[in-house]
This record gives sequence, C-alpha cells and structure tokens, in this order.
Amino acid sequence: MPYIPHTPDEQRRMLNVVGVSSLEELFAEIPPNLHPKSFDLPEGLGEYEVMRHLETLAEKNNTRLVGFLGAGFYDHAIPAAVDFLTARGEFATAYTPYQPEASQGLLQAIFEYQTAICRLMDMEYANASVYDGGTALYEAMMMAVRQTKRRKIVVDACVNPIYRRMLDCYTSNLQLEMVVISHQEGSSDLPALFKAVDTDTAAVIVQNPNFFGVLEDFSELFAHASSKRALNIISVYPLMQSILKTPGAMGADIATAEGQSLGLPLSFGGPYLGMMACSKALIRQMPGRIAGRTSDGEGRTGYVLTLQAREQHIRRQKATSNICSNQALCAMRAIVYLCLMGPQGLANTATHCAELAHYAAMRLLKLPGARMLSERPFANEFALVLPKPAYAVIDRLTRRGYLPGFPLGRYYPGLENVLLIACTEKNTREDIGILKELLGGAL
Amino acid sequence: MKTIFEQSVPGRPGVGLRELKKDLTGLIPQELARDGLPCLPQVSELDVVRHFTRLSRLNFGVDSHFYPLGSCTMKYNPKFIEQAASLPGFSRLHPLIPQFRGAGHFAQGALEVIYETERLLCEITGMAGFTVHPMAGSHGELTGAMIIAAYHKDKGRNRSKVIVPDSAHGTNPASAAIAGFDVISLESRDGIIDPQALEAVLTEEVAAVMMTCPNTLGLFEQHLPRIVELVRSVDALLYYDGANLNAILGKMRVGDAGFDVVHLNLHKTFGTPHGGGGPGSGPVGVCARLVDFLPVSRVGKQEDGQFFLSYGHPKSIGYVAPFYGNFAVYLKAYAYILRLGREGLIRVSENAVLAANYLRKRLENHLEIPFNRTCMHEFVASAVRQAAKGVRAVDIAKALLDKGHHAPTVYFPLIVKEALMFEPTETESLDTLNQFVDDLIAILEEVEQDPAVAQSAPQKTPVSRLDEVKAARNLELTDQCRLVD
Amino acid sequence: MIPDDLLYTSSHEWVRLSDQDALIGITDFAQCQLGDITFIELPSTGDTVTQGHEMGSIESVKAASELNSPVSGTVLEVNAELDGAPEKINQDPYGAGWMIRVRLSESPKGLLSPEEYKPLAECSE
Repeated sequence: MPYIPHTPDEQRRMLNVVGVSSLEELFAEIPPNLHPKSFDLPEGLGEYEVMRHLETLAEKNNTRLVGFLGAGFYDHAIPAAVDFLTARGEFATAYTPYQPEASQGLLQAIFEYQTAICRLMDMEYANASVYDGGTALYEAMMMAVRQTKRRKIVVDACVNPIYRRMLDCYTSNLQLEMVVISHQEGSSDLPALFKAVDTDTAAVIVQNPNFFGVLEDFSELFAHASSKRALNIISVYPLMQSILKTPGAMGADIATAEGQSLGLPLSFGGPYLGMMACSKALIRQMPGRIAGRTSDGEGRTGYVLTLQAREQHIRRQKATSNICSNQALCAMRAIVYLCLMGPQGLANTATHCAELAHYAAMRLLKLPGARMLSERPFANEFALVLPKPAYAVIDRLTRRGYLPGFPLGRYYPGLENVLLIACTEKNTREDIGILKELLGGAL
Repeated sequence: MKTIFEQSVPGRPGVGLRELKKDLTGLIPQELARDGLPCLPQVSELDVVRHFTRLSRLNFGVDSHFYPLGSCTMKYNPKFIEQAASLPGFSRLHPLIPQFRGAGHFAQGALEVIYETERLLCEITGMAGFTVHPMAGSHGELTGAMIIAAYHKDKGRNRSKVIVPDSAHGTNPASAAIAGFDVISLESRDGIIDPQALEAVLTEEVAAVMMTCPNTLGLFEQHLPRIVELVRSVDALLYYDGANLNAILGKMRVGDAGFDVVHLNLHKTFGTPHGGGGPGSGPVGVCARLVDFLPVSRVGKQEDGQFFLSYGHPKSIGYVAPFYGNFAVYLKAYAYILRLGREGLIRVSENAVLAANYLRKRLENHLEIPFNRTCMHEFVASAVRQAAKGVRAVDIAKALLDKGHHAPTVYFPLIVKEALMFEPTETESLDTLNQFVDDLIAILEEVEQDPAVAQSAPQKTPVSRLDEVKAARNLELTDQCRLVD
Repeated sequence: MIPDDLLYTSSHEWVRLSDQDALIGITDFAQCQLGDITFIELPSTGDTVTQGHEMGSIESVKAASELNSPVSGTVLEVNAELDGAPEKINQDPYGAGWMIRVRLSESPKGLLSPEEYKPLAECSE
C-alpha cells in the first residue's frame, strides 16, 4: 500500500508486541452491528493514473479566457519564488507552532507577516490571519460586539455582497440588528450612514475601494462613529492599499482584507487569506493566532504564540472565537510576495493596474450608450452601464474568448445592465482594444 | 536571525519593480491617495530566497522529523497531490466563472471535483449529503452547529443547549457557543461517555450531543448504540467530530452508526499538509433529513452528465464561505482518496491503530497510562510519576525535541493530568517508532538520575525555552519600521 | 494563605470591609492557579459594580477569566499600579495587588468567612 512502510514481517512483530494475533482484533471493540453497511469505493490507482484523471478534469476548465473579472478576487501575477519558498516541506508539513523551539521559522515568518500587514494598513496590531476576507469581516464585527456590548451593526451596501451574505449566515442565530444602508449609484450614502450610526451601534462596516470600484474617504464617518463610541471596520484591497489612503489614516479601529491579491492563485475560491489588523486597544478581542517576540534564558531573541488565553483550547465556550487555525501557508505566501515586490514595486504595480483601468474606461466610454455608473474616482475597477443586459453581453463575449467583467445584476437588482470591469497587470492595452471592439459588436 | 525588515536597504529594487512609462501622480486624487510608501522591506530576490530558506531550517515538519502530535494526525503528505493542486486548469480558475448564466461549462472539471469529492465522502462515512465549503475543522463544527440550529428552528421549537463531553476538543464548546447555544459539559467515566450521566442532562431543551469517536483519549465509545438511542428519544441530533476518523476508515461508518452531522478534517485523515496551521478543509456531512439545510451553493449533475451550481434551497443556512471552500485543499484529498482506493483507506486505519498500540505497549512500563487498554489511533499517557520528581509533561516534550523528534501533544485532553498524547500514524516505519521509543525511554531513565536535564531542555534547538510571560506582558507583535527613502 | 480579617467569594475574590467601603482583590489561591498574570482589566473610577456580576477580567499565560464583583456600589479608586505591573497580584495578592475600592450601595450578602472559604482553596498542586 502506498505510504505504509511496514513489511509483513514487521507487521507481525508489532502485533506480537501488542499481544494480538490479527489487525482485526484491534477493532474488537466496534460491535458487529456497527460494521459498515457498504464501503463501495474505487480501487486505488497509481500516481500517474490519478494525475492523468485530474489533468483531464483541469482541461475541462476554461482558464484561457482573457479576463476583466475581479469583484474582490483578482488575477495578479505571482513571482515564481513565492511557490518555490512556500512549498518547502519544513513549512508546508508543520503543524501550528505549539513547540516554539522547533518552530522558529514559522513563528518569525508570521511575525514578519503581521508587521507587513500593519505597515500596509497603517494599523498597530495584526493577527496571523483567518480563513478569508469574509470571515475576517465577521470576526471584526464580533470583536466590536464584544467590546462595545452593543448589538446594532450598520453595514454599507457597497461592501462586497458575498461577504454580506456570509455575515447574514453567521449571525442568523445571534440576536444582532443588521442595518444595511443602500448605495447611491455605486457610492456610499454617507449622510445615511452618518444618521444610522448612534449610541446603540456596535460597528459601522464599510469597504474601500467599494464593491463598485469607487474610492471613498471614510474619515468623517469614522470620526462621527467614534464620537458615538461605535467601532469603525473597513475592508480593503491589500495590493491597491499601497497607493490608497490607509485605514489607519481614516481612523479605522479594525481593518480587514482578502489577501488573495498578495501572491495567492485564484484556485476556484480558496484557500485564501483573511487579514485582520486593529488598534492596540482591541488586541485582546482579536481572534486567532498571534505571534509575539520575546527571548530565551540566554537572552536570544525568539518568537512564540502569545495571548493564547483568549483561545478555544483554553477558554472553550468562552473563547473569543472558535477558530483554531490560521491560513499559515497562505500568510507565508503574502509575506514572501510583499518582500519580493518591495514598497515601490507594489505601488508601481497598483498604479499600473489603475492606469490600465482608466485607459479601459476611456476607451469603453466611446461605445454608444455606455456610461459610468459613478462619476467618482476609482482605481483598477469600475462599473460601466451598458444599453443592454450585462449577462447577454458576457454570453456573447465569452464565446469569443473574452470575459468582460462581472454582471452587477447578480447581487444588485436594478443594475442588470451594469458590468464591473477590473484590470490587473496581466491585462494589456491590446486586450482592452479588442474588448472594446467585441463589446461594440455585442451592443 | 535578523528579520527581513532588518535586512532592508533603502532603494534596493525588488523583483516586482515595474518601471512606469510616465508620471502617474494624480491618477488617484490626493485626498484619496496614500501618504508615502508603505514601510515594507527593500530587498533583492536572493535576499528573500535566502531568508526564507534559512527560516525553514529552524522548523520541524513531517518531511524532516517524526511528529507524533496526538489529535493532529501528522502523517506523510504525498507530494503528487501538490502537483495536482497546482495544475493551471485549477489554480487559475476564477471562482465567479460558473456563476454566470450559461457559464457553468467553463468550470465543468472543477464542479466535477466538488461533486465527486462529496460523493466519495458520503460513501466513506455513510452520510446522505456533504458540503465541502467549510474552510477548516472548527469551521465545519460551526457549520454543523448552524445546521442543527436551523433544523430545530424549522421544526418550530426552541432548543438552546448542546451537550459536550469533558474530553472533547476545545473547539466543540467554542463552536456551539458561537452558533448561539449554551454548552453543557458532560463528565466522562472510565475515559468514555457514561450513558446514565448523559440521560440525566438530556432534556427537551437539548439540540445536540457532540461526540468524538474514538474520543480524544484514543478510546472507542463503547456505549455508542445506547447513546444513539437516548439522543433519538428526545429528537436531539448526534454530532460526530471527525478529527479521529482515521481510526475507523472502513471499520465503521458514522452514518450507519446513527450520527446525524459530521465534520471531517481533510488535513488529518486524508493526507493534505497542515501548512504550519492552515489552510485546512472541514467538509460537513449530514443524514437525509438534514440535507436541505446544507450551505449554498450545491453542485448537481444533470442527466447528460453536465454539472451545475444550484442556489434554490430555501432551508439552507446560507453562505459559510465566499465560494466553494478551500478548493485546492479538498482537491488534494480527492487525489489522495483516488490513489489509495478502498483497500488503501482500510489499511490506513489498521496500521494507524497498530502503530499506536505498539507505542503504547512499548511505553507502558515507563509512563503511567491511565486507560491502558486497546486504543485506537492514539493514546494518552501521563507524566505523573515523573512530576513527582519535578519533571512535567512539558519537560519531557522539550527533551524529545533535543533528540530530534517533535513532541507529542501535552496537557490535552484536560481530564488527564500531565497528559502526553501520542499519535504515530500509519506512515512511520518500525525503525522510526523504535528509535523514538528508545530515545523517550532514555529521557525517562535520565529523569530518575538527573531531572535537571529534562527541566532545562531543549538545548540543541535554535533557541531554548522562551519567556512566554514576557511575550504576553510586553506585547511586541511587529517589527520597527525601517525607513523607506 | 487565607487572612482572618477578610471575607471571600466562591470565585476567589477577597473583600476588606470598612464602614461604607470595600477593598477588593483576588486570593492567593486564585493567583497561584492562574500563574504569571499578564494583564488585568478593571472598571474605572465612578463606574457602578453589582455583586456577582462581571467587573473586569484577568489573564495569565495559561488562563483568562472574568472577575466578579463581590459587592455592589460605586468604584472610588482603582489600583493604577497594576496596569504596568500585573505581577504585583502574584507577589502580594492581599497587599500591593489590591484592585479596586468601592463605596457600597448596599451591604453585601452571602460572603464567606475565612473558615468557609478555606475548603474551596485547597490547592491540588
């Protein structure tokens, strides 16, 4: 059998030591009426045969479409060194670093990841990550509920609707009042958000760039919420964060993000990386793992998991969260990616993506009947109103090998004619030219 | 070792540096733009490669060390499954692609992986339906607990309590509490659940009983049939924590046995790497009457063999993940299951149980073993005898690091004092097991002569014991910023 | 170590009553069970506390727990020293490790005498 090393002779010797005559005897405690009614699985295959089967399946997926699809999940270039370094078995086949003396590599890498995330977000503390951007947002919301002991949450409808559905699911049994503030032509309705935040509010949740690609400055909203002692939570796009006003500069209490843009492949939805950063005052509400720096008996610098008393293995039902893992290897990808890119490299890439999107907008606006949903500033993604339903346009263009964007009508009734178009450094001006021609033909 | 931030040199160009053709300041209006660059390291590609390669050498992994960490199933992770997950047809696939009308045909291969993985997991466990969406074991628990809540709510009744044995993983009570339940802790007897004690707390307010079987002591829950009967009598649901499924593959199916909800840890039983704490994957299986409550989306198969996503499930608990869970992780588990096949999976449980019992017998004269009978895939010993000499479980764990082995799990489960929990897995050779036993016995004999050696271990690791009190009192969670020019 | 001149709770807080005030801390047994204390969160001066209800939290490397107020009243004074030096609770739980002083709003009920508390504080280690 693959991966089981025992020879028949070794197996016999082991059985002798145990004092049983057969492997079956080891399972004598399972009563016969609990034996499987069926275990109808295929026979095992060779490595090559499994790979051939999977290659066939992989080829059934069309990943050759020229894409302008983003909606919170982006096809950025990944330097080869990211795969190379994170594939190392010492990282990939380790467990959570419970024995710090045997896990300094992972712990220091997590510490460096936390540092990088704080710098990018301009926040004070970060954790070692949670499952994904949606979970990060939910955990941030629960931090606010615990901290303020209030139960009303004000959510901007410009927050990624996929995440809002996750919040709905997670809170279905918790007595929370979720107040969703509608968007105004793809922008946050700041006056309505202002009005909704009161002294019963635990948190206000917003996103920048918002789901429509629009850039917002929430500084005044955050100042207002702080005056009501509500917490400010903002979800951001980490790669673009290198050129955009930071959560810290806006006065956020908690910043979260989907870290997929930092060196993680799209992989059909996961694994991704839930990034969380917060102000110093909130660190004890932070869920998940946190690495801290300390020293050993000889004064050598080392790293440990710290503040573990908050966690489920100690606090059980009183823990801050039930999460007992982090996306360590995904966080490792993010820190390696950020180091490879460097601050200027990251900012230049972000600027390049934004420049392409502005070029695309300029070209596509020349199409008859096309207009921007919002006239407000954007970075690398924008919502384009078409004279026809977006679904029909996507149908036509995918047949020509182009995926022009995301149909906003899927989540926003009334926006059936709106296409959300994203650019990354993988797109070219030539692609954009062809996109314009194809779109023109489809309208 | 210096941090990567300490190695930063202002102006050193990274690999990602892309020259911009023209001055683009002003593309983002100033009031919406970042003030200056983020304070990230400025290092070369070689700096990065060397730094992280060196860091990796400070780390124990299954690839480099025996890792008998109880409850975590640190078995060998086959390398070809990594290759499988990095096939571009999977790794480059955008998750939103099949969500457009008529675009399901662009992701047929990926949808088939989901459909087939769920089908195989159903057959392995005897459950009626599965979802691969939960992104880790504890996330599976939360999903399971939400399904339980939705089931009772649908029946129009208020069930506010969940019973969890005191031997359970800490995530069980935490997940139940986060799903909105009050947790009742149930005291074990002789290391397993006592049906009488269960009966005493089992009322019409109880939504579910969460069980791990074999339990965290590595013991089979012998009263399982009686427990199923009791739980059914109040129409509560029986939850199976699949952390230990690797002990009973092909020997018992939790669905046949009467469990209603189960979560699996693919990174344990099905060989996907733990990644230093994640990413994992925690699929949830349910019995027939709970299928309607599974998260959306679901993958279906048409008569013509085409796969499709469906969302029209009004009783569904909704979205527990942004898309379809950790696809690249369960893809690896799918590859593992296909590789091993029926026979291979049965051999996994048999040899995991054999190895655990072998270790147990070899160590029984050297360590106290509180419930010393045939165990399943792991067993719990206690260092109480050594503690009398001033050497605690943690000291033995640290001394093992000096011998080049990862430590067992210590101080869990909580109901055993000075607990040391060993799980050798099926993939370790007899030579490795013997070397480990010899080294552990040498440590225990040394404790008799000179307790100070274990007390001051480890000495051969990159650092010796670290000051956790200092770490918690003077929080230092980030490195200082080094100037970016 | 259970001083004779104090009253106790089953959740291991101690109270020193004098006129209308109460001085509050945690017992030697509690600090021994927690181990090295790393963080403490206390109410602020002017806050009201209620007997048997949560008034703050305490954390060590291996445990975290709520602090319950053994009395009802208004917080007059908080031991500010503990903020930067929670180890004082380990070193001197009945002295320098005191936590808050409360002006009583009613006389506390059901507090334990040293004799009654003693059996609850048998340290197993």
